[in-house]
This record gives sequence, C-alpha cells and structure tokens, in this order.
Amino acid sequence: MAEALRPYRALLGSRLRAQMAYRRSFAMDAIGSIAVGMFEFAEIYVIFAKVEFLGGLDFAAAALLFALANLGFSLADMVVGHADQLPTYLRAGTLDAFLLRPLPVLTQLITSDIALRRVGRAGMAVVVLAIALPLNDIAWSPAKVGLLVTAISAGVSIFAALFVCAAAVQFWLIEGSEFTNAFTYGGSYASQYPASIFVLPVRVLFTFVIPAAFVGYLPTLVLLDLPGPPGLPSWLGWCGPLMAVVTWGVALIGWRAGIRHYTGAGS
Amino acid sequence: MSMAIAVAHADSATDAIIDVRSLSRRFTVRSPGGRLRRTKKTVDAVDALTFSMQRGAAIGYIGANGAGKSTTIKMITGILVPSSGSVVTCGLDPVRQRKRLARRIGVVFGQRTQLWWDLPLRESYRTLAAIHRLPGDSWVARRDELIDRLDLASFVDTPVRQLSLGQRIRGEIAAALLHSPELLILDEPTIGLDVLSKERLRVFLAEQRALHGTSLLLTTHDMDDVQRLTERLVVVDHGQMIYDGDLPGLVHRVGAERVMVLDFAAPTPPLEDVPGTRLVHSEPDGMRQRLSFVPGHTTAGAVLASVSARGEVRDLSIEEPDIEDVVRRLYLSTEPYRQ
Repeated sequence: MAEALRPYRALLGSRLRAQMAYRRSFAMDAIGSIAVGMFEFAEIYVIFAKVEFLGGLDFAAAALLFALANLGFSLADMVVGHADQLPTYLRAGTLDAFLLRPLPVLTQLITSDIALRRVGRAGMAVVVLAIALPLNDIAWSPAKVGLLVTAISAGVSIFAALFVCAAAVQFWLIEGSEFTNAFTYGGSYASQYPASIFVLPVRVLFTFVIPAAFVGYLPTLVLLDLPGPPGLPSWLGWCGPLMAVVTWGVALIGWRAGIRHYTGAGS
Repeated sequence: MSMAIAVAHADSATDAIIDVRSLSRRFTVRSPGGRLRRTKKTVDAVDALTFSMQRGAAIGYIGANGAGKSTTIKMITGILVPSSGSVVTCGLDPVRQRKRLARRIGVVFGQRTQLWWDLPLRESYRTLAAIHRLPGDSWVARRDELIDRLDLASFVDTPVRQLSLGQRIRGEIAAALLHSPELLILDEPTIGLDVLSKERLRVFLAEQRALHGTSLLLTTHDMDDVQRLTERLVVVDHGQMIYDGDLPGLVHRVGAERVMVLDFAAPTPPLEDVPGTRLVHSEPDGMRQRLSFVPGHTTAGAVLASVSARGEVRDLSIEEPDIEDVVRRLYLSTEPYRQ
C-alpha cells in the first residue's frame, strides 16, 4: 500500500513544498480564504437579523447547515478544486505530460495541486460547526454521531465528484469554466441554504441532479429530528454516501469519455 | 516457403522497437462558413504511414511544419488514437498499454515542459523517480550520471522557471532518461538553442546511444542534428512518407550538389570548364575557387584530377549539401505526384 501510494506522496509533497516556498503569498491567500468564509457566514447572519426562521430552520440550525455545507465544499475545493482548470492544463500540454507517465491521468490531475491556502475557509467552517453544534438541541445517539461523520465525508466526496464532472465537461467546452462553475460553485451556494426555500423544480435540481442538499440540509434535518419539506423526506439525510457513490460513478464515466475524446478514440 | 516468410516477419516484428503499419490519423476541422452553417473539413494529418524502426537504431523524422510529425509521435507514444492502421511501440499497444509503455520510453517535447516550473530539477527528479517507482536509491546513481554528463550541476537546485532555455532542455532530457528508457523520442529538442548548447546536446545523445543502446527517434528542423545523430531519415510531407533511407541516398535522389573548395598555391585562372562541374565562385586572384558538382555525374576524384592539371592544389575541402535545401528539392520533386 505504502509503495502503491509513493508517487502520489511525492507529487503532493512537492506541491506543498512549492507553496511553502512563497510564504507571504501563502499567508495572504489563506487570510483571503478565511475572509470568503466569513462573508458567506455574514450573509446568513444578516438574514436572521430580519427573520426568525428560514425554510423551517432557526439561526442555530442554519449555522449548522452552513458549517456542514462549507466544510464539505472547502475541503473538496482544496483537494480537487483545480480540476476545473482543465483547459489551462490542455493548453500548456500538461495533460500530454500526464499521458506520458505510468499513472492514471485523473489521479495525476488531482495530485497535481493541493490548494492548502484554501484551508482558511475549511477552518472557518470548523469554527462555525463547533459553535453551532452545542447551540442546537440535538438528541445525540451513536447513529447521529455516525451520521455527522459520514455526512461530512460524503459532502467532501460529492463536491469532489462535481469538480471532476466539471473537468470532464471541459474536454468538450474548451472555455466552459463559467458554465461548469454554475454547477460547482452554484451547488456550493445552494447547499448552504435550506432546500425548502427553493421552488420545487429548483429543489429537485439541487437534490437529485446536483446533490447539494445531501451535503448540509438533509443531514441537518436528521440531526434535529425535523420532517422534510414536500419531495424531500428527512430519511434522505442518511443517503449522502449513496449519493456520493452515484456522483462519483457519473464523474468517472464522464472523465473516461473526456479522455477518450481527447485522445481521439471517441466519435 | 510461406512459413519461412512468416517466421522472418515475426523475427523482424520482435526486433522492431517501433512498428507502424498503414497508420492514418484524420482530423475534422470546423470553420465558420456562413451565418448559421459551419463547414466541416477532413484533414489527413498522417496518411497510410508504414515504417519499422529496429531496436538500437536512430531515425531522423523530418518534415515541414504541419507535415504530420507531432501527430505521428503522439500515436507512437499513446497520446492519440490512430484513425486506422496500427502502431506497436516496444511491443505494446500505445493507447491500451499506455502505463506500461510509459515506463519504457522517454519523451521530450521541445516546446512543452514536462518539469514542474516551481521546483528545482533535483526535486523534479526525485518526484519522477517516485512516479516511475524506481527502486530505493538505485536511481540516484543514474541521476548523478545525467547531472554529470549534461552538466547540470550548477543549476540543479534552481527552480525551473529561472532556467535558460538551453538549461531547461537539458533538464528535460535528463528527466526523460532518468528511468533508463529503451526508446528516447525527441520532438524538436534543439529548437531555439545556441550553437554551443546544441553541440553539447548532440555529444551527449551520441554518447548515451553508445553507452546504453538507447533507440532514438528525433524530429527536427535542424539538419546538423540529423547528420550527427541519425543514420536513417524518414521524410514526410502532408502526412505521407516521401523518403525513407540514408542521407547520401537522399542527396543522390534529388541530385543535390556538393561543393569542392580549392586553395591553390599560386593565382589560377577561373576554372570555368571543368567537366561535370559549375564554377560557383572564384576569388579575384583565383587563389580560392569553389566548384559544385552533382554526385553521380562525376566524382570528387575526377574533379580533382582535372583541376590538378590547371594548377597546384594546396588544400581542398568538400561542403556537403545543405539538407534543408535537399528536403526542399524533395518536396518539389514529389509535388506533381500529389496533384
């Protein structure tokens, strides 16, 4: 196992050392990343200064939802977020270099960068989570502890798969990052809010097409023993890992098709 | 009888490090044509190319820009799937067995970097050793050999982005050779290099071939590369092979001229009527004169014999044809066939 991972350890290690070589720029980026997280949370805070409930959630529940969604997204963004820069890789010939190395292309793409500077936003989410958990009145059970852990890892996994989907699409849409951002960053934005505030078609879109609701909203319902809105029964909150598997399945099929398109094997 | 042929064929196939048969690659080019409709055009980047390269050989793969050189290399290395025909590299299917093949070949694209721009070469080599899963510390000896032979020591700890082009190319070639590949493919390795860097690189490559028996496939615009590094030329134009053979054969085929430069002991009248030659230039005093002749029509010996009758030759040298000119002539000579 250790030997199997040796190339990736070396690749990630070299990325980390390279980032640390520019300490000041790293510090600025990390601070900027914390600021992004704070502004996003401020948005929630401002809303709850005006209303007591949003989509059936009070401020404490909304903060919990925010923390879960942000933690999932920011960790995925840190590890896989550069995948949607695929056109840059194509133009620079980096993808050809990947094809000339004895490793799968996707794992090389993922380990070709790790945006450690984005750790700030994940840290911000952890702080909000640590504050929100005791604020909420949760009837803790071993199952709920398990749910919290799996929800976070499923969230990371779902967003990571969405980034890979976005990368795959860009084999065809060379300047398509604005289009795919609508799904990755759009999904991230949608995941921070209770899905119940959306009209039904949008709710379905951000649940079953882009499974953003599985990252924060649905697990929050289960943790707080709340019923779901029409179309989203709260038991779906247990299905995060399943959705992660499905999303990764789609992502890998899309990626494979993209590589085949790139090497000219498709069509 | 047919059995013997089959066996002979199998032998040549196992001995070939690259075996290309009727290899073709078509691209569909879309261009905006009217307001709504876009026209599609099919371009044959590589068209029914067949050649075989023996293990240990060195081939210069020559052609104008857009002749199909890079497309061929991409198919040989598994980056691009052929539209039709077959390619076998190191006995493997390049696309299906891409990862196995990657362990056995080294590739350098002169205009594209395979190094990490923000890492020093030393770190890049450590990473590449891990990527190729080179065992333990055995690769360190190979790295040190490459650092020594390519003279990288003075900048091996400098980030790649701060290196000059010549330094970077040398670094790239060391990177491609770190895992001791059987086949080295270089796409325009000397492009943009100064004379000294080119020379160093040629010496190094010749040495690696002698030392390790590395097979070499080289695309280049630089005809000195071809002369110095390869014993066989494959020339392509519009995706089709127009010549396969050695350099003298090519020169002979297009009737390119050699030039004999003669230094005389005393002023000599212009040599205007030496059989089979043309006077290119005579210095005013006639001490140095240049005669061009087409090999095949006459020989250097015959020219020298008739010149010696006119004056005492103190020194002479022969300038080989400029190969760019030879290839240009080859293109012109094949032009009518393609119409």
